Amino acid sequence: MGKMSVNLCGITLDNPVIPASGTFGFGYEFAELYDINCLGTFSFKGTTKDPRFGNPTPRIAECTAGMINAVGLQNPGVDKVIAEELPKLKACFHKPVMANVSGFSVDDYAFTCEKLDKEPQVGWLEVNVSCPNVHGGGMSFGTNPEAAAEVTKAVKAVTTKPVIVKLSPNVTDIVAIAKACEAAGADGISLINTLLGMRIDLKTKKPVIANKMGGFSGPAIFPVAVRMVYQVAHAVDIPVIGMGGVSSAEDVVEMMLAGATAVEIGAANLINPFACRDIIADLPRVMAQYGIENLSDIIKGA
Amino acid sequence: MKQGLFTVKENTALNALVYKMVLFGDTSAITSAGQFVNVQLSGKFLRRPISVCDVNGDELTLVYKVVGAGTRQMSEMQVGDTVDVLSGLGNGYDETKAGERVLLLGGGVGVPPLYLLAKNLLKAGKTVSVVLGFNKADEIFFEDEFKALGATVTVATADGSYGKKGFVTDALPETYDYFYTCGPELMLKAVYKATNTSGQFSFEERMGCGFGACMGCSCKTITGYKRICKDGPVLEKEEILWEK
Repeated sequence: MGKMSVNLCGITLDNPVIPASGTFGFGYEFAELYDINCLGTFSFKGTTKDPRFGNPTPRIAECTAGMINAVGLQNPGVDKVIAEELPKLKACFHKPVMANVSGFSVDDYAFTCEKLDKEPQVGWLEVNVSCPNVHGGGMSFGTNPEAAAEVTKAVKAVTTKPVIVKLSPNVTDIVAIAKACEAAGADGISLINTLLGMRIDLKTKKPVIANKMGGFSGPAIFPVAVRMVYQVAHAVDIPVIGMGGVSSAEDVVEMMLAGATAVEIGAANLINPFACRDIIADLPRVMAQYGIENLSDIIKGA
Repeated sequence: MKQGLFTVKENTALNALVYKMVLFGDTSAITSAGQFVNVQLSGKFLRRPISVCDVNGDELTLVYKVVGAGTRQMSEMQVGDTVDVLSGLGNGYDETKAGERVLLLGGGVGVPPLYLLAKNLLKAGKTVSVVLGFNKADEIFFEDEFKALGATVTVATADGSYGKKGFVTDALPETYDYFYTCGPELMLKAVYKATNTSGQFSFEERMGCGFGACMGCSCKTITGYKRICKDGPVLEKEEILWEK
């Protein structure tokens, strides 16, 4: 094990840095720019049972220290992901990848996860019960402990690989939801998905985003994410992946001190396509600066 | 695509809201007219996508309109300032389909990317007619620049204060083999209806990343879902689906 390596649900990551789902596609745009095998792993674009175009445009809005997106889970559907995206990914990424899954019913989640679980390239299933941008699914499963537990149980019943449940911050008690997922068999928890947000254009006097609301991400939400990761990591006995506004090696260390075993990076990839590579390269300097011998030693250190 | 620092060599107003910025840096990733760059501005989170107007060796020219806080900030940049730019984004115009008599139709701040295109087509020996559309006389820019390249230029203004009264579609030449266009969506729709040959359209959309990762600027086309930033901004007439 190297000084930056961590163990995520039984699989060793060379480092804790993971590009977050929806900000890294299926990897190729970035593989054209740098060798993405420097990553711990990455979480691929949220995949659903059927193909989806997503929401009408505009889907993006600028915010102070962040952005709002309302993409709405655009993806080619699980069959095409397996038939077309994964083989292409194989050529440029040689580590286990994290499969991010969304659904509109408990059966949807189980169906998609069962298929992806059989793919040798997939190391973990990240079950997104927290997408704020779709109706009748996504976040509605992640705002209620019973519903989150039901999805977790259904996915666990048909899969063999570690199941990480991705939680929404748009809840009153995130600890209760995390504990419900743990009790239902989750192998890990990832948080936070985006915060529900909105911008209004003064010229048109209408919402900037066609879907009116969307998910707010970026450095502005980092303190909220650190707080929730801290709360959840101290309440469950399974690994936690921390995310939300992480944009520097210092942020990675802070997230791990809060309780994260690994750290996902999202919006930062969109403004600097080299963000994850640069953060990984910068981690040894930050570790030395703060007297950190092994990153795995600092998890939940705060 | 390349990320690099560019230095501002010039940043001057062409009219009340349109500015010309000349940047110095590594332009090698820019391979065709109609591509764009994504400019990082201090204090702003998302980059601002701006079409490439011209490239000359290490010089990159952007002509942009002040439409909000980001472009306002750009207009206040000084000679010597540096700016982080992602360059070589988007597919750009396919010049191989042009034919001999080529028509370029630009509306407002959709005019700039047609400049490098006109330059390239004229260099390749094509006959280039340019129709530029603006709302009114004091919004016109680049008429002389297109003329200096050797193109035939017609200007139309919506209020009739200069040139032909009306829209670009009211000033179409009788014959042409192929066309390229860029402008507001209403104009593009009108061009789509008024033209009788194949052609290419450059679209605009609010973008997240600008390089194909976030799916923030997707659109539906006859040939499937496309990302305006990566699979566009240029689409062929035959693949366009008007939704809105």
